[in-house]
This record gives sequence, structure tokens and C-alpha cells, in this order.
Amino acid sequence: MKTNKLKVSMTAAMASLLLLTTACSGGNSESGAAAEGQEEVTITFRSSGSEDTLTKYFESGLIDEFEEANPDIKINIAPVLASEGDYTSKIVLQMKSPDTAPDIVAEDTSIIKSDAAAGYLEPLDTQVAGWSDWQDKFIENLKAGVTGEDGKIYGVPATSDTRGIWYNKELFAEAGLPVPFQPANWEEVLEAARTIKDKLPGVTPLNLIVGKSSGEGVTMQTLEMLLYGTNDTLYNDETKKWVVNSPGLLDSFNFINQVFNVDQTGTSMQVALNGQAGSIAFQQLFPQDKLAMAVDGSWAGSTWFENGAAPIENVEEKMGFAPFPTQNGQEPGAITMSGGWAWSIPAQSQNKEAAWKFLEFLMNQENATARVVAEGNLSPRNDSVDVAGYTDRTFVAEAQALLDVAHFRPANDEYATVSAQIQSLVESVASGKLAPADAVQQLQDNVTRSLGEDKVEVK
Amino acid sequence: MKRTSRSAFLFLTPSVLLLLIFFIVPIILTVYFAFTNMALTGSAAQNLEFVGFRNFTNMFQDPDFRISVWRTLVFLIFSAVIGQVVLGFILALLMKEKNITFRRIIGIIVIAGWVTPEIVVAFCMVAFFSDNGTLNQIIGWFGISPISWLFSFPMVSVIIANIWHGTAFSMMVYQSALDEIPKDIEEAATIDGAGSFKILSYITIPMVKGSIVTNMMLVTLQTLGVFTLIYTMTGGGPGTATQTLPVFMYNQAFVNYQFGYGTAISLVLLLIGIVASLFYMKSMKVKV
Repeated sequence: MKTNKLKVSMTAAMASLLLLTTACSGGNSESGAAAEGQEEVTITFRSSGSEDTLTKYFESGLIDEFEEANPDIKINIAPVLASEGDYTSKIVLQMKSPDTAPDIVAEDTSIIKSDAAAGYLEPLDTQVAGWSDWQDKFIENLKAGVTGEDGKIYGVPATSDTRGIWYNKELFAEAGLPVPFQPANWEEVLEAARTIKDKLPGVTPLNLIVGKSSGEGVTMQTLEMLLYGTNDTLYNDETKKWVVNSPGLLDSFNFINQVFNVDQTGTSMQVALNGQAGSIAFQQLFPQDKLAMAVDGSWAGSTWFENGAAPIENVEEKMGFAPFPTQNGQEPGAITMSGGWAWSIPAQSQNKEAAWKFLEFLMNQENATARVVAEGNLSPRNDSVDVAGYTDRTFVAEAQALLDVAHFRPANDEYATVSAQIQSLVESVASGKLAPADAVQQLQDNVTRSLGEDKVEVK
Repeated sequence: MKRTSRSAFLFLTPSVLLLLIFFIVPIILTVYFAFTNMALTGSAAQNLEFVGFRNFTNMFQDPDFRISVWRTLVFLIFSAVIGQVVLGFILALLMKEKNITFRRIIGIIVIAGWVTPEIVVAFCMVAFFSDNGTLNQIIGWFGISPISWLFSFPMVSVIIANIWHGTAFSMMVYQSALDEIPKDIEEAATIDGAGSFKILSYITIPMVKGSIVTNMMLVTLQTLGVFTLIYTMTGGGPGTATQTLPVFMYNQAFVNYQFGYGTAISLVLLLIGIVASLFYMKSMKVKV
């Protein structure tokens, strides 16, 4: 009897142990090279869906070419289908563990300093030191965007961009507005929107990105485009403090309020608050002549190219790209924000050497230029202009010219926190739930609370 | 005796171990993280620091938090207590002792909302409430111009969605409870001259009191945790119009990357659940 019980209890104990070990072992089986002796390099970036330009770029023979030259390396592409906001948290969670960390990751330059400070990214100083292209061929001021707080390089800039006003020339002509559109101040933008509203019912006059589900786009394409055209900025480089309350901020929120609530010349909230608001504007509303203006990035026009998601014939005759004016036309007359994506190597990557090899290949003159041409972006390499087809692209000359008046986002790992606050306040103001003055007050209160009194100032 | 208890312990080991690893330890960790500056990215992600009650003092000063608590209560009371619990009870009462075909047809219609996965419910409801959606088509027949429901009445929209999704559960709980009331008690009451309202309030409800409390608790706890439905339909917006505590917690943890703060919010959510459950049990004088 005794032995019998012992047997039963032993079996129970064994069974429970077995259960535990199987429960714990699931994660490890994924890694391991595809073929013997091959190193596997996984590259992760944000995909915007089945028509994603970057995915197409990788699949267009680029990987085959690299694998042929380097038979010991296998490249896997692992696009993440997510909104910009979700993409950031998804890759951070992936980079925390060596089991899930990709070997190369696309980092938005707005988050790269945060991720570097968190220790998720590998410093690339030794690698770039041995790479002659880095010294001579990369645009110098873009390197600041990939440098961490500690002064180390955490990524290779892959794209650059500017922002401005996309507009439909045909609708402008129909409404009797001048083409090309060259607003001298904010009022002229508002006035054009009001004219469209009066003359062309059924057409949405102006699309601004205001839905917080659009993430960083809200801060950069909307609030900062306005704010940096006033006499204020978001961050004081001298005192190293965030300017959380200023006349410029109030005016910027007022502009948003004017468009959506006073003039009602903005997109319907149903569209504006959708995470895909940008795609809806450029893939549906613009081509269908239902939208007259949109403040967005220089890349957005590539949607209408032959290989884009919503091709338009003779796009240059139908669409235009105008510089965004400063508030009262003060110098330099127009402004733009510039950002872009970089390629980084996660600290937890298992194949850093092979990853760097691929990164160098990816960022050589030919391939780096091919990407920005496909995406409608500006190149971080100064020799891209020598590649046939770079500068004669539609809209690129206009966008490139704006780099002269470009502002860059505050280079600080607290940026993500401040930006998140701005996103939610812009949405509240646009949807009429919050008055502009209250929005500024809340920005001051919330940022002060998150970062502390010593990190903020009021102008 | 001794031997039995020893082998009992042995048999308990697996479940105790599992509970410990997957339940107790995470809870203790959660409580600990709520008192740290844990963040998803930035320098705080690398240097976890104990910050005392800072997350909690921040929370109570945060107007967004107060708004979220309020929104959570509104969502809870209207979609769970009034919507699901009361509506479920009425449905069960109306279906009582009706013909079987009628019960089946109505039952299937109501339960359809419940068996549908939450994310699918959310998409159906977006389609129903959207600018060109079913609801606007229907009111269009009466000459009413379309309304942006999800923008103009966001809270009402998510409440209706949650009621549609959850009522079947309450209905089924009450159905089985009502079926167990012996017929002769109600018959006796009728003979004594009690009207149907008196029967309901003095006989039916007291007899299913236990089910009511259990159901209230389950529905409340389930509703407190509703995230998918709200996040998919409105993303917590417009502005903060439908930002209940789970959505607020998600935004703090995954949009603002403040994990420590998010965890602190989850503790408060847990506390609200406990208080609500205790309140139900006390007010109905039921021991569970």
C-alpha cells in the first residue's frame, strides 16, 4: 500500500515537472540558420500593408544580389504591420530579448535617442570609422539625428524628408485660387481653405494630421510645422529645457482650432481620428478630387507615382507641393521640419557582423538612392544627385529646396514623452473637446509632472 | 492521517507551483513595478529606480486620470449594471415559459452577440455606427440626415456595443435561475391574490438573489477590463471622450512608454474591482 502511494505521488510530481518544462521551452526553437553554416540576418521595418514600398524594394532582387555575393549569409525580411505608434513599442519589446531581437531594425529618428539611452541599440562607432562612405558621402547634419546622448553613433540615416502643403491644382483653379500656391503667412492658408469651402461644396479644404492614433505625425506634421513658424520653439537648446508654455504654442493650437472648429475647413473627425488618416487622404480623397490641401511629408506624393498605391496620370499637372509659410511671413518666409528613418543594429542581435555587412550594402550609393527614389524621400547621401533619376523625380526639387529652412526635432531622450502629450492635446483641440488656452496649460502641467520642474520653462 | 496529508500536499504541488509562477509572482512584481520609474524606452528603461509613491501622487494630480475614472464609472453603470444586468433579466423573464421555438429563436439572436469575438463585435459596430453605416441608412429612411455617431456620441456608441455583446451572458444566467423556481410557489402567491409585480418583487427576485449578485460581479469585473471594443471603435477618443481606465493604462504604458505609471493604474483598476464586488455582496447580504 505504501509503495503504491509513493508511486502515485512520484508520478504526479513527474507529470507536473514535465508540464512545467514543456511550458517553458516553447520560445527557443525558432532561431538557427536556414542552411548549415549560414548566418541569418533578420531585418525589421514598418510596413503599411500589401502595397508597401519598402517591402517591394527588398523583394525586387536586392536580397538575391547580396546573398549571391555572400553565400554564407541569409537575409530574412520581417516587416511589422502596425501604425507608427504601435511599431515603436512592438520593436522595443522585440529588442528586449535575444530570442526575438532582429539583427537590423528601422528606427525613426524621433525615437532613436530614447532607444539608445535604454540600451537597446548597439553603438556603431567602430563600424562607421572603417567605412569611408560615412566620412565623405553622408550629409553631415543628419548624423546628429542618429547620435545618442552619449555622443555615440546608433544608426545609419537611410531617409530624410521635408514637409509642406500638398494641394490639388485643378481644384485650386476651379475655386479661382492662384496656381502655383505660394502662401505668405498662415492667414493665406486659412483664407484659401475658406474659399474652397465656399466655392466647392463636397470638397474637404484642408487635411491636418490630428488623430493621436497617427502617433508622431501629429506632433511633427502638424504642431511643430506651426510652432517653428512662430518665434518660439519646443526646446531651448541653451538652457536645455522644454518650452511648455509660449505665445507660439498658443497660436499653433489656435490655428488647429480655427481650421477644425471655427472655419470647419478640416477633414471630418471620422477620417481625421482614424489611424490611417494619411493614407485615406492621399490614396482616396486627393485622387478623387475630394481634398484640396494637406500638410504632410515630402514622401506622401509618391503615392501617386506609377508604382504607388494610387497612381495619377500627369501627376505634376494635377498636384503641387507648396512650402509651409511662417506665421506672419517672418524670415525665412517658409519653414519645414525634417526627420527620417535610420537603420540600427539592436544590442541583442546575434549576428552583428553579418548585419553590418548587409547594412553597408544597403546604404551604398546605388541601393540607398534606389530606396529613396522608390519611397519619394530625400537621400541622406550627398552623392545620390549623381545617380540617374534622383533629382529629375517629380516634386523632389521642391522638397530638397526646403532642406535649407529645415528644423530638426529636439535631440533628447525625453522627446517621446513630450510628443505623446502633444499628440493627445492636438486631438482634443481638433475635436473641439478642449480650448487652445487650456491645451497649453495642460501641456505645461502634464510635461512638468512627467519630467520635473527643472526640465521645463515658460516663455 | 499523516500519510494522507503528505500525499495530498504532493498532489497539490503542481497546481500550487503553477499558481505561484503564473499568478502570485506576477502580482507581486506588478505591485513592485508600480513603485518604480520603469519605462519602455529612454534612460529609465535601463536604470530601474524605486520612486516611492510618485506614480500614485502623479496619478491623483493628473486630470486625465480623474476623467478616466469618471468615464469608467459611466461605462460600467450604463453598459454593465443597467444595460446587461437589467436587460438580461427582463429578457429572461419575458422568455420564461414561452413556447420552445420562440425561446430558441430569440435565444440564438441574443447569444449571437455573445459568441462573436470582441474584435469582430467592434468591427461590426464600427460598420453599424460609421458615417455610411447601417444606423445612418435606417434613420435616412425617415428623412433624418446622417450623424457621425462615433464622433458625436462616442460613449453612447461603445455602451450600446458592449450591451449588445454582453447581455446574452446575463440572460443565460437568469434563465437557468428562473427555471429553478418551483411553479407551485408562484401559483400559491397568485391564489393568495398577489399581482404579477408583487410576485416579481417578493418571490422571483429574492429567490434568484444569489444569481443576481454573482452575475453582477462577473459582469462588472468583465466590463472593467473591456479594452479591445473601445480601442478598436474609438481609440479612447475623440480626445478623451471614451478613455476608460484600461485605455488610459495602455496609453501610458505603450504610447507614453511609462510602464511604472501604467502598472500603478492597473493596481487602482484592481482596487475598484474589489470594492465593487464587496459592495454587491454586502448590499445583497450574500455570501459567495
